[in-house]
Amino acid sequence: MKSAVVVFPGINRERDMAKALELASGVAPHMIWHAETELPDVDVVAVPGGFSYGDYLRCGAIAARAPIMDAIHRHAARGGYVIGVCNGFQILTEAGLLPGALLRNASLKFACKVVRLRVDNADTAFSNAYAAGAVIRNPIAHGEGNYFADAETIARLEGDGRVVFRYCDAAGETTMAADPNGSLNHIAGILNERGNVLGMMPHPEDFVEPLHGCTEGRGIFDSLVRAVAA
Amino acid sequence: MKARITVMLKNGVLDPQGKAIQGALSSLGFSGVEDVRQGKVIEIELATADADAARRDLDAMCQKLIANTVIETYRIELA
Repeated sequence: MKSAVVVFPGINRERDMAKALELASGVAPHMIWHAETELPDVDVVAVPGGFSYGDYLRCGAIAARAPIMDAIHRHAARGGYVIGVCNGFQILTEAGLLPGALLRNASLKFACKVVRLRVDNADTAFSNAYAAGAVIRNPIAHGEGNYFADAETIARLEGDGRVVFRYCDAAGETTMAADPNGSLNHIAGILNERGNVLGMMPHPEDFVEPLHGCTEGRGIFDSLVRAVAA
Repeated sequence: MKARITVMLKNGVLDPQGKAIQGALSSLGFSGVEDVRQGKVIEIELATADADAARRDLDAMCQKLIANTVIETYRIELA
């Protein structure tokens, strides 16, 4: 699996993302500066987390209009895989590659902790290494992760099985207490219509090796390796 | 020409910042504050003196960048 990690000014999770992709695929990803207009020949483009452009205007708004974004749109239109984590998820919604928007956390607080996610669709390029309904732990660190979309969009996401990850408790129950940001339907990660673009607020790249204390995020990268090999 | 753009969250989109302001106002003793919504104001200086052309440009700017129409509305005023 060949991959690229896009680097915007203010991003700070790109090296962990690169490490996770390398761990799963055995190949170091290309690091692509936002001012580039072409992507190398890759299977997967990762948009990492951080604070692109200091979260000015809206989180991800400026990055979503950066020069590299046209190439990412073309990659997605060709069926190439795109994964956006945290600020990367915000950037993909701002760019129109994913529906909806990420609002300020309902608590108004920056949430930095380990949460649990239920894998609601294990039949995707990003989740096939997990069992359906599996509960995994992942860290979060965001102030604007409160997923919002209009009722029609939510109904379509739910109807099409495009909610891949949902915040839940240890038993896999989705409750307000287990939801760190107030997302509609406790949505933590969604797919685009074609199934080749995923956005999620939690950071799977932070839970990929024993040193992290947990490897339950590794499956997302292993899933991509399988999907690309298939 | 000077333009002022006001961006607000759409009705129905939760505005926790507005709610926090409302809570602070009531704890200061201001009674009867029924709702607070927080938005933002952006001022833009344009080279053109043509109001129609300015409005067209400003509308495109709002659609493409300044507002996220999934969650926000915008209003353009020319000075």
